[in-house]
Amino acid sequence: MSPNGVEYGYNSKIEGEVVVSKLDAVINWVRKHSIWPMPMGLACCAIELMGTAGSRFDISRFGMEVMRFSPRQADCMIVAGTVTYKMAPIVRRIYDQMAGPKWVIAMGACASTGGMYRSYATMQGVDRIVPVDVYVSGCPPRPEALIDALMKLQNKIGNERSARGLLKRDQAHA
Amino acid sequence: MEEIKKQLQERFPAVESRDSVDWPAFNVPEERLLEVCRYLRDDLDYAMLVDVTAVDWSDVIPRFSVIYHLFSVSRSAYLRLAVNCADAGAPSMVSVCSIWPAANWHEREVYDMFGIQFKNHPDMRRILMWDDYPYFPLRKEFPLAGIETELPPEDTEVREATDAHVIAAPMMGGPFHATPGEPMSRAEPRAADQSWTEKNPKPLD
Repeated sequence: MSPNGVEYGYNSKIEGEVVVSKLDAVINWVRKHSIWPMPMGLACCAIELMGTAGSRFDISRFGMEVMRFSPRQADCMIVAGTVTYKMAPIVRRIYDQMAGPKWVIAMGACASTGGMYRSYATMQGVDRIVPVDVYVSGCPPRPEALIDALMKLQNKIGNERSARGLLKRDQAHA
Repeated sequence: MEEIKKQLQERFPAVESRDSVDWPAFNVPEERLLEVCRYLRDDLDYAMLVDVTAVDWSDVIPRFSVIYHLFSVSRSAYLRLAVNCADAGAPSMVSVCSIWPAANWHEREVYDMFGIQFKNHPDMRRILMWDDYPYFPLRKEFPLAGIETELPPEDTEVREATDAHVIAAPMMGGPFHATPGEPMSRAEPRAADQSWTEKNPKPLD
Protein backbone atom coordinates (compact mmCIF):
# COMPACT_ATOMS: atom_id res chain seq x y z
CA MET A 1 0.00 0.00 0.00
CA SER A 2 1.45 3.35 -1.02
CA PRO A 3 1.45 6.35 1.33
CA ASN A 4 -1.49 8.09 -0.38
CA GLY A 5 -3.69 5.00 -0.05
CA VAL A 6 -3.65 3.98 -3.77
CA GLU A 7 -2.65 0.38 -4.59
CA TYR A 8 -0.18 -0.06 -7.45
CA GLY A 9 0.73 -3.22 -9.30
CA TYR A 10 0.87 -6.57 -7.60
CA ASN A 11 0.21 -7.05 -3.91
CA SER A 12 1.71 -10.31 -2.70
CA LYS A 13 -0.03 -10.06 0.66
CA ILE A 14 -3.39 -10.29 -1.04
CA GLU A 15 -2.72 -12.49 -4.08
CA GLY A 16 0.08 -14.83 -2.98
CA GLU A 17 3.47 -15.54 -4.52
CA VAL A 18 3.99 -15.29 -8.27
CA VAL A 19 6.61 -16.53 -10.71
CA VAL A 20 7.40 -14.47 -13.77
CA SER A 21 8.29 -16.48 -16.86
CA LYS A 22 8.06 -16.54 -20.62
CA LEU A 23 4.82 -17.74 -22.16
CA ASP A 24 6.80 -20.26 -24.25
CA ALA A 25 8.33 -21.76 -21.15
CA VAL A 26 4.98 -22.10 -19.41
CA ILE A 27 3.22 -23.69 -22.37
CA ASN A 28 6.09 -26.05 -23.10
CA TRP A 29 6.38 -27.02 -19.44
CA VAL A 30 2.73 -27.99 -19.41
CA ARG A 31 2.91 -29.82 -22.73
CA LYS A 32 6.05 -31.80 -22.16
CA HIS A 33 4.98 -33.18 -18.82
CA SER A 34 1.70 -34.57 -20.00
CA ILE A 35 2.39 -36.30 -23.30
CA TRP A 36 -0.45 -38.66 -24.14
CA PRO A 37 0.98 -41.37 -26.38
CA MET A 38 -0.97 -43.10 -29.12
CA PRO A 39 0.47 -46.65 -29.25
CA MET A 40 0.65 -47.45 -32.97
CA GLY A 41 1.75 -51.02 -32.28
CA LEU A 42 2.35 -52.78 -35.61
CA ALA A 43 4.82 -55.54 -34.72
CA CYS A 44 7.05 -56.88 -31.97
CA CYS A 45 8.22 -53.39 -30.89
CA ALA A 46 4.76 -53.00 -29.40
CA ILE A 47 5.69 -55.64 -26.82
CA GLU A 48 8.60 -53.50 -25.65
CA LEU A 49 6.24 -50.54 -25.67
CA MET A 50 3.99 -52.43 -23.26
CA GLY A 51 7.02 -53.26 -21.13
CA THR A 52 7.87 -49.56 -21.04
CA ALA A 53 4.45 -48.83 -19.63
CA GLY A 54 4.73 -51.67 -17.11
CA SER A 55 5.81 -51.31 -13.51
CA ARG A 56 9.44 -52.28 -14.06
CA PHE A 57 10.23 -49.40 -16.43
CA ASP A 58 7.21 -47.20 -15.77
CA ILE A 59 6.94 -44.24 -18.14
CA SER A 60 4.50 -42.63 -15.73
CA ARG A 61 7.59 -41.32 -13.92
CA PHE A 62 7.87 -38.87 -16.81
CA GLY A 63 4.17 -38.06 -17.14
CA MET A 64 3.47 -40.09 -20.26
CA GLU A 65 1.52 -43.04 -19.00
CA VAL A 66 -1.84 -41.99 -20.40
CA MET A 67 -1.88 -44.22 -23.50
CA ARG A 68 -4.86 -43.43 -25.63
CA PHE A 69 -6.03 -45.71 -28.41
CA SER A 70 -8.13 -42.92 -29.86
CA PRO A 71 -6.14 -40.46 -31.98
CA ARG A 72 -8.50 -37.67 -30.90
CA GLN A 73 -7.17 -37.89 -27.36
CA ALA A 74 -3.49 -38.44 -28.07
CA ASP A 75 -0.68 -36.09 -29.03
CA CYS A 76 2.32 -38.37 -29.59
CA MET A 77 2.11 -41.25 -32.00
CA ILE A 78 4.64 -44.00 -31.18
CA VAL A 79 5.01 -46.02 -34.37
CA ALA A 80 6.17 -49.32 -32.91
CA GLY A 81 6.80 -51.85 -35.62
CA THR A 82 6.91 -52.66 -39.31
CA VAL A 83 4.88 -50.33 -41.52
CA THR A 84 3.65 -52.22 -44.56
CA TYR A 85 2.52 -50.34 -47.64
CA LYS A 86 -0.96 -51.67 -47.04
CA MET A 87 -0.95 -50.15 -43.54
CA ALA A 88 0.79 -46.89 -44.48
CA PRO A 89 -2.27 -44.88 -45.58
CA ILE A 90 -4.02 -45.91 -42.37
CA VAL A 91 -1.10 -44.75 -40.24
CA ARG A 92 -1.18 -41.42 -42.04
CA ARG A 93 -4.94 -41.14 -41.61
CA ILE A 94 -4.67 -41.74 -37.87
CA TYR A 95 -1.91 -39.13 -37.69
CA ASP A 96 -4.21 -36.67 -39.47
CA GLN A 97 -6.95 -37.39 -36.95
CA MET A 98 -4.77 -36.41 -34.00
CA ALA A 99 -5.28 -32.88 -32.71
CA GLY A 100 -2.25 -30.58 -32.80
CA PRO A 101 0.25 -30.00 -31.39
CA LYS A 102 1.38 -33.56 -32.11
CA TRP A 103 4.61 -35.49 -32.34
CA VAL A 104 5.77 -38.80 -33.78
CA ILE A 105 8.32 -41.27 -32.48
CA ALA A 106 9.60 -43.93 -34.90
CA MET A 107 10.35 -46.82 -32.58
CA GLY A 108 12.80 -49.43 -33.82
CA ALA A 109 14.60 -50.20 -37.07
CA CYS A 110 11.49 -51.05 -39.08
CA ALA A 111 9.60 -47.85 -38.38
CA SER A 112 12.75 -45.79 -38.88
CA THR A 113 14.09 -47.28 -42.12
CA GLY A 114 12.23 -50.46 -43.00
CA GLY A 115 14.80 -52.38 -40.98
CA MET A 116 15.60 -55.84 -42.21
CA TYR A 117 12.48 -55.90 -44.37
CA ARG A 118 14.02 -54.84 -47.67
CA SER A 119 11.06 -56.05 -49.62
CA TYR A 120 8.19 -55.15 -51.88
CA ALA A 121 5.72 -55.09 -48.98
CA THR A 122 7.39 -52.83 -46.42
CA MET A 123 7.56 -49.04 -46.38
CA GLN A 124 11.22 -48.04 -46.05
CA GLY A 125 10.75 -45.72 -43.09
CA VAL A 126 7.57 -44.19 -41.72
CA ASP A 127 9.08 -40.74 -42.29
CA ARG A 128 7.88 -41.02 -45.87
CA ILE A 129 4.31 -40.42 -44.73
CA VAL A 130 4.47 -38.68 -41.33
CA PRO A 131 6.98 -36.16 -39.89
CA VAL A 132 9.09 -38.03 -37.32
CA ASP A 133 10.49 -36.16 -34.28
CA VAL A 134 12.59 -38.88 -32.66
CA TYR A 135 14.01 -42.10 -34.13
CA VAL A 136 14.83 -44.98 -31.79
CA SER A 137 17.36 -47.57 -32.94
CA GLY A 138 17.13 -51.20 -31.94
CA CYS A 139 15.35 -54.33 -33.04
CA PRO A 140 13.38 -54.03 -30.89
CA PRO A 141 14.69 -51.16 -28.73
CA ARG A 142 14.84 -51.83 -25.02
CA PRO A 143 12.33 -49.94 -22.86
CA GLU A 144 15.17 -47.73 -21.62
CA ALA A 145 15.77 -46.63 -25.20
CA LEU A 146 12.14 -45.68 -25.63
CA ILE A 147 12.15 -43.78 -22.35
CA ASP A 148 15.28 -41.99 -23.54
CA ALA A 149 13.48 -41.10 -26.77
CA LEU A 150 10.52 -39.74 -24.85
CA MET A 151 12.86 -37.63 -22.72
CA LYS A 152 14.55 -36.39 -25.90
CA LEU A 153 11.09 -35.49 -27.15
CA GLN A 154 10.44 -33.61 -23.91
CA ASN A 155 13.62 -31.60 -24.48
CA LYS A 156 12.52 -30.91 -28.02
CA ILE A 157 9.09 -29.74 -26.90
CA GLY A 158 10.80 -27.57 -24.28
CA ASN A 159 12.59 -25.66 -27.03
CA GLU A 160 9.58 -25.10 -29.26
CA ARG A 161 8.28 -21.60 -30.01
CA SER A 162 4.77 -22.48 -28.90
CA ALA A 163 3.51 -18.97 -28.05
CA ARG A 164 4.31 -17.65 -31.50
CA GLY A 165 2.17 -20.37 -33.01
CA LEU A 166 -0.69 -19.53 -30.67
CA LEU A 167 -0.65 -15.83 -31.56
CA LYS A 168 -0.54 -16.65 -35.25
CA ARG A 169 -3.50 -18.91 -34.89
CA ASP A 170 -5.45 -16.23 -33.00
CA GLN A 171 -4.77 -13.75 -35.79
CA ALA A 172 -5.95 -16.21 -38.35
CA HIS A 173 -9.21 -16.76 -36.48
CA ALA A 174 -9.82 -13.03 -35.94
CA MET B 1 3.66 -95.43 -45.39
CA GLU B 2 4.06 -97.97 -48.18
CA GLU B 3 0.55 -99.18 -47.50
CA ILE B 4 -0.87 -95.71 -48.09
CA LYS B 5 0.97 -95.50 -51.35
CA LYS B 6 -0.44 -98.87 -52.39
CA GLN B 7 -3.99 -98.03 -51.36
CA LEU B 8 -3.92 -94.68 -53.10
CA GLN B 9 -2.42 -95.96 -56.34
CA GLU B 10 -4.73 -98.96 -56.47
CA ARG B 11 -7.68 -96.65 -56.23
CA PHE B 12 -6.25 -93.94 -58.53
CA PRO B 13 -3.77 -95.34 -61.09
CA ALA B 14 -3.18 -91.80 -62.41
CA VAL B 15 -1.54 -90.79 -59.12
CA GLU B 16 2.24 -91.06 -59.38
CA SER B 17 4.69 -91.31 -56.56
CA ARG B 18 6.93 -88.24 -56.22
CA ASP B 19 10.50 -87.91 -54.90
CA SER B 20 10.50 -86.82 -51.31
CA VAL B 21 13.07 -86.77 -48.51
CA ASP B 22 10.58 -87.00 -45.67
CA TRP B 23 6.89 -87.84 -46.09
CA PRO B 24 5.13 -89.71 -48.90
CA ALA B 25 4.42 -87.42 -51.82
CA PHE B 26 2.34 -87.83 -54.96
CA ASN B 27 1.77 -86.12 -58.28
CA VAL B 28 -1.94 -85.81 -58.92
CA PRO B 29 -3.53 -84.75 -62.22
CA GLU B 30 -5.76 -81.72 -61.77
CA GLU B 31 -8.95 -83.47 -62.96
CA ARG B 32 -8.58 -86.16 -60.26
CA LEU B 33 -7.61 -83.79 -57.44
CA LEU B 34 -11.02 -83.45 -55.79
CA GLU B 35 -11.65 -87.21 -55.82
CA VAL B 36 -8.19 -87.95 -54.44
CA CYS B 37 -8.58 -85.35 -51.69
CA ARG B 38 -11.99 -86.63 -50.70
CA TYR B 39 -10.68 -90.19 -50.57
CA LEU B 40 -7.69 -89.11 -48.46
CA ARG B 41 -9.90 -87.21 -46.06
CA ASP B 42 -12.73 -89.74 -45.67
CA ASP B 43 -11.06 -93.12 -46.15
CA LEU B 44 -7.42 -92.59 -45.21
CA ASP B 45 -8.20 -90.09 -42.43
CA TYR B 46 -6.09 -87.15 -43.61
CA ALA B 47 -8.57 -84.79 -42.01
CA MET B 48 -6.32 -81.77 -41.65
CA LEU B 49 -5.10 -79.53 -44.46
CA VAL B 50 -1.92 -78.05 -43.06
CA ASP B 51 -0.70 -75.92 -45.92
CA VAL B 52 -1.30 -74.99 -49.53
CA THR B 53 1.57 -73.42 -51.41
CA ALA B 54 2.95 -73.32 -54.93
CA VAL B 55 6.20 -73.53 -56.84
CA ASP B 56 7.19 -71.40 -59.81
CA TRP B 57 9.54 -73.54 -61.94
CA SER B 58 10.46 -70.51 -64.06
CA ASP B 59 11.00 -71.62 -67.67
CA VAL B 60 10.11 -75.28 -67.13
CA ILE B 61 6.78 -76.46 -68.54
CA PRO B 62 4.39 -76.83 -66.76
CA ARG B 63 5.51 -73.71 -64.94
CA PHE B 64 3.39 -73.74 -61.76
CA SER B 65 2.73 -76.55 -59.29
CA VAL B 66 0.34 -76.26 -56.37
CA ILE B 67 1.47 -78.19 -53.29
CA TYR B 68 -0.84 -79.51 -50.57
CA HIS B 69 0.37 -80.68 -47.17
CA LEU B 70 -2.02 -82.96 -45.32
CA PHE B 71 -1.85 -84.32 -41.79
CA SER B 72 -3.59 -87.30 -40.27
CA VAL B 73 -4.08 -87.03 -36.52
CA SER B 74 -4.82 -90.75 -36.09
CA ARG B 75 -1.72 -91.82 -38.08
CA SER B 76 0.37 -88.93 -36.84
CA ALA B 77 1.77 -88.59 -40.34
CA TYR B 78 2.01 -86.05 -43.11
CA LEU B 79 1.36 -86.46 -46.82
CA ARG B 80 2.18 -84.19 -49.74
CA LEU B 81 0.34 -83.71 -53.02
CA ALA B 82 1.66 -81.79 -56.01
CA VAL B 83 -0.58 -80.71 -58.88
CA ASN B 84 0.66 -79.01 -62.04
CA CYS B 85 -1.21 -76.05 -63.51
CA ALA B 86 -1.93 -76.61 -67.17
CA ASP B 87 -1.66 -73.00 -68.31
CA ALA B 88 1.50 -71.00 -67.55
CA GLY B 89 0.08 -67.67 -68.78
CA ALA B 90 -3.14 -67.63 -66.74
CA PRO B 91 -2.60 -70.50 -64.27
CA SER B 92 -5.60 -71.95 -62.50
CA MET B 93 -6.44 -74.84 -60.19
CA VAL B 94 -9.58 -76.39 -58.73
CA SER B 95 -10.30 -75.22 -55.20
CA VAL B 96 -10.37 -77.76 -52.38
CA CYS B 97 -12.42 -75.44 -50.13
CA SER B 98 -15.39 -77.81 -50.46
CA ILE B 99 -13.29 -80.56 -48.82
CA TRP B 100 -11.24 -78.62 -46.28
CA PRO B 101 -12.66 -75.18 -45.42
CA ALA B 102 -9.15 -74.35 -44.19
CA ALA B 103 -8.09 -74.08 -47.83
CA ASN B 104 -9.92 -70.77 -48.21
CA TRP B 105 -7.22 -68.40 -46.98
CA HIS B 106 -4.35 -70.64 -48.12
CA GLU B 107 -5.62 -70.54 -51.68
CA ARG B 108 -6.12 -66.80 -51.49
CA GLU B 109 -2.49 -66.46 -50.43
CA VAL B 110 -1.32 -68.65 -53.30
CA TYR B 111 -3.36 -66.47 -55.64
CA ASP B 112 -1.89 -63.33 -54.06
CA MET B 113 1.72 -64.47 -54.36
CA PHE B 114 1.66 -66.53 -57.60
CA GLY B 115 -1.46 -65.40 -59.47
CA ILE B 116 -2.95 -68.88 -59.61
CA GLN B 117 -6.74 -68.59 -59.84
CA PHE B 118 -8.70 -71.21 -57.89
CA LYS B 119 -11.89 -72.35 -59.59
CA ASN B 120 -15.05 -72.48 -57.44
CA HIS B 121 -13.32 -70.67 -54.59
CA PRO B 122 -15.94 -68.81 -52.49
CA ASP B 123 -13.94 -65.58 -52.23
CA MET B 124 -11.09 -65.37 -54.74
CA ARG B 125 -9.28 -62.11 -53.91
CA ARG B 126 -5.89 -61.08 -52.62
CA ILE B 127 -5.25 -61.60 -48.92
CA LEU B 128 -1.88 -59.98 -48.09
CA MET B 129 -1.28 -57.33 -50.74
CA TRP B 130 -3.96 -54.74 -51.51
CA ASP B 131 -6.53 -55.50 -54.20
CA ASP B 132 -5.06 -53.24 -56.89
CA TYR B 133 -1.46 -54.39 -56.48
CA PRO B 134 -0.35 -55.15 -60.04
CA TYR B 135 2.23 -57.91 -59.45
CA PHE B 136 2.54 -61.43 -58.01
CA PRO B 137 5.57 -61.17 -55.73
CA LEU B 138 6.67 -64.80 -55.45
CA ARG B 139 6.90 -65.35 -59.19
CA LYS B 140 10.44 -65.85 -60.39
CA GLU B 141 10.52 -62.78 -62.61
CA PHE B 142 9.60 -60.51 -59.68
CA PRO B 143 12.72 -58.87 -58.14
CA LEU B 144 13.38 -59.31 -54.43
CA ALA B 145 13.36 -55.54 -53.90
CA GLY B 146 9.98 -55.08 -55.51
CA ILE B 147 8.86 -52.77 -58.31
CA GLU B 148 8.02 -49.09 -58.03
CA THR B 149 4.26 -48.55 -58.03
CA GLU B 150 1.52 -46.58 -56.30
CA LEU B 151 0.29 -46.87 -52.72
CA PRO B 152 -3.10 -48.55 -52.10
CA PRO B 153 -5.52 -46.25 -53.94
CA GLU B 154 -8.51 -46.26 -51.57
CA ASP B 155 -7.03 -43.25 -49.83
CA THR B 156 -5.99 -40.83 -52.57
CA GLU B 157 -6.11 -37.97 -50.06
CA VAL B 158 -3.24 -39.50 -48.11
CA ARG B 159 -1.34 -40.27 -51.27
CA GLU B 160 -1.62 -36.68 -52.46
CA ALA B 161 -0.69 -35.25 -49.06
CA THR B 162 2.45 -37.32 -48.69
CA ASP B 163 3.52 -38.03 -52.28
CA ALA B 164 4.69 -41.42 -51.03
CA HIS B 165 4.74 -44.46 -53.26
CA VAL B 166 5.97 -48.03 -53.25
CA ILE B 167 9.67 -48.03 -54.11
CA ALA B 168 12.10 -50.76 -55.04
CA ALA B 169 13.57 -51.46 -51.62
CA PRO B 170 17.31 -50.92 -51.20
CA MET B 171 19.23 -54.09 -50.43
CA MET B 172 21.70 -52.41 -48.04
CA GLY B 173 21.24 -54.03 -44.64
CA GLY B 174 18.67 -56.35 -46.09
CA PRO B 175 18.41 -60.12 -46.46
CA PHE B 176 21.23 -62.41 -47.54
CA HIS B 177 20.37 -64.32 -50.68
CA ALA B 178 23.31 -66.58 -51.28
CA THR B 179 23.46 -69.23 -53.93
CA PRO B 180 25.60 -72.31 -53.21
CA GLY B 181 29.27 -71.97 -54.16
CA GLU B 182 29.14 -68.19 -54.36
CA PRO B 183 31.75 -66.19 -52.41
CA MET B 184 30.29 -64.41 -49.39
CA SER B 185 31.30 -60.99 -50.74
CA ARG B 186 28.78 -61.42 -53.51
CA ALA B 187 26.10 -62.80 -51.19
CA GLU B 188 26.09 -59.83 -48.87
CA PRO B 189 23.07 -57.56 -49.04
CA ARG B 190 25.14 -54.58 -50.10
CA ALA B 191 26.35 -56.46 -53.17
CA ALA B 192 22.84 -56.35 -54.57
CA ASP B 193 22.08 -52.82 -53.49
CA GLN B 194 21.22 -50.44 -56.27
CA SER B 195 20.16 -47.32 -54.45
CA TRP B 196 21.39 -46.34 -50.98
CA THR B 197 25.14 -46.50 -50.67
CA GLU B 198 27.68 -43.92 -49.56
CA LYS B 199 28.23 -42.94 -53.20
CA ASN B 200 24.55 -43.05 -54.04
CA PRO B 201 22.57 -41.71 -51.08
CA LYS B 202 18.99 -42.37 -50.07
CA PRO B 203 16.66 -40.41 -52.37
CA LEU B 204 14.48 -37.87 -50.60
CA ASP B 205 10.90 -38.54 -51.56
